[in-house]
Amino acid sequence: MDIDHATAVAFSKSWGLFYLIALSIGVLIYTFRPSNKKRFDRAKKTILDKEDRP
Amino acid sequence: MMVSQLTRGERQGSILIAAAVALCGLALAIAGRNDPLGVHGAFVLVGSVALIAFLLSRLDSPEPDVSRRPSEYYDDPIKVGIALSMIWAVFGMFVGVWVAAELAWPSLNFNTAWLSFGRLRPAHTTGVIFGFGGNALIATSFHVVQRTSRARLAGQISPWFVLLGYNLFCFLAVTGYLMGLTQSKEYAEPEWYADLWLVVVWVTYFVLYLRTIARRKEPHIYVANWYFMAFIVVVAILHIVNNLAIPVSLGHAWSYPIWSGVQDAMVQWWYGHNAVAFFLTAGFLGMMYYYLPKRAERPIFSYRLSILSFWGITFFYMWAGSHHLHYTALPHWVQTLGMTFSIMLLVPSWASAGNAILTLNGAWHKVRDDATLRFMFVAAVFYGLSTFEGSFLAIRPVNSLSHYTDWTVGHVHAGALGWVALITFGSIYTLVPSLWKRERMYSAALVEVHFWLALIGTLIYVFAMWNSGIVQGLMWRTYTESGTLAYSFLDSLVAMYPYYIARTLGGFLFLLGAIVGCYNIWMTVRASPAAAETALKDLPDARWAEGTATTPAE
Repeated sequence: MDIDHATAVAFSKSWGLFYLIALSIGVLIYTFRPSNKKRFDRAKKTILDKEDRP
Repeated sequence: MMVSQLTRGERQGSILIAAAVALCGLALAIAGRNDPLGVHGAFVLVGSVALIAFLLSRLDSPEPDVSRRPSEYYDDPIKVGIALSMIWAVFGMFVGVWVAAELAWPSLNFNTAWLSFGRLRPAHTTGVIFGFGGNALIATSFHVVQRTSRARLAGQISPWFVLLGYNLFCFLAVTGYLMGLTQSKEYAEPEWYADLWLVVVWVTYFVLYLRTIARRKEPHIYVANWYFMAFIVVVAILHIVNNLAIPVSLGHAWSYPIWSGVQDAMVQWWYGHNAVAFFLTAGFLGMMYYYLPKRAERPIFSYRLSILSFWGITFFYMWAGSHHLHYTALPHWVQTLGMTFSIMLLVPSWASAGNAILTLNGAWHKVRDDATLRFMFVAAVFYGLSTFEGSFLAIRPVNSLSHYTDWTVGHVHAGALGWVALITFGSIYTLVPSLWKRERMYSAALVEVHFWLALIGTLIYVFAMWNSGIVQGLMWRTYTESGTLAYSFLDSLVAMYPYYIARTLGGFLFLLGAIVGCYNIWMTVRASPAAAETALKDLPDARWAEGTATTPAE
């Protein structure tokens, strides 16, 4: 099979769309998963600690 | 300072690395001879030998206590990185003012090839973007990754290798331009050997960053690190793909890209726009997500929003580059794709800007009183403004007016001065006192002076370029009744004259601000209680006695 301009266009216009939608769904699930809430809250508060040691 | 935290073995290791680099320099110098490649080889050789001599002279100086390392952060490379960043800032901005003045008064090139606009202009862009911005990114990323991971940098020599190696790349780039060397790819001008060197440095940077994160004591990787990692990974990919080239010979600096025609143009602007996205945006957002909450002493408004905008920015930007090639031989649908993604980008961009500004909601009194925090607030505002402008300019019909005019230059500087430089100065003023263990900057008033010089300079610059850009765009598309162009190109050039002078003034004010910043940082570092104490101890007895004698009188 020859990979010509039309093949590239067809690929980009289909799979390009699908993987971006799949990625968005994945990111939304990760972000709003209730079990992640605690980690996020801790992450945003602990950076304000004054202690400057590892 | 550079070697005091290295053991004897590590100093010897550093000498070996420097010797290997010196050998590479020698090989280039021999292969290149009279070619600019030979000159660069000689520079590399001399620089590495000087480094080896320095390391040898300190080989037997006292060694650090290695057992304390796990309980201490490694800050020496960060300190040097900040100093290098400010030096590049002054250099890059000075050259910027110079080239701006050359446009208004062309005789400022003094009929010298070295001082011609075509050579100085990339020296300006490389100086400010890669010299100032890049060093600031490396320094702050080393700081942020350690603090947010609660782990020491995973290496003693590699941070120095990354920092000094990166500066060698910038030095080869700028000196190359002055000798007339360029690949003619915007923001990717350095030639093949410098590009190869940067790959080595950059991969080391990435490995160092990952290994430090792997040592983390925090369960979650703080969002600022995601941005820094996106910056490191994507810049590596962009740099390698865009710079694939075949040298004319191993003894010549010149090369030909493996891409040709419209593919070359597309690869270049895929690179160019993602350099804006991942060098000038993602990395600096990493700075913003750490130093802004830190300075405001308030957690980020919404952590979830910061994650959503991270993935939005990383995956949308990848497809936006083709908006640089509207109305060209690039297939129409690819242009449309770039335009669409550029407009979609407004969502995650404004989410980030809004997240930053809402973090300050409830701390407006601090924004009013503290110029450092105000730097970061205004940076977030400019980030919002210039991303809106960027989406707007990417719309094809709008681009038909704006492209090739000074509007683009104005847009870039709204982003580079208003966003990138202001967030950097805000971060540096937050970082410097904590890094050198001072209570505050030497002078809060000078931070204030710097803030106003920077803001006024940016506004003058951007308004001048908006005006001149739109005037240019309109003059180039005005037709007479008989269907010919109403103005010649030269007419539009004459119309630019007052704007070019205003732009030079704006840039000059911005440069002045950076110089004030350098002085303030220098005085903060120098005027330390701790340093004063050691200085006294070092004095010979007679002067020590004299010093104590004068104390009561003070």
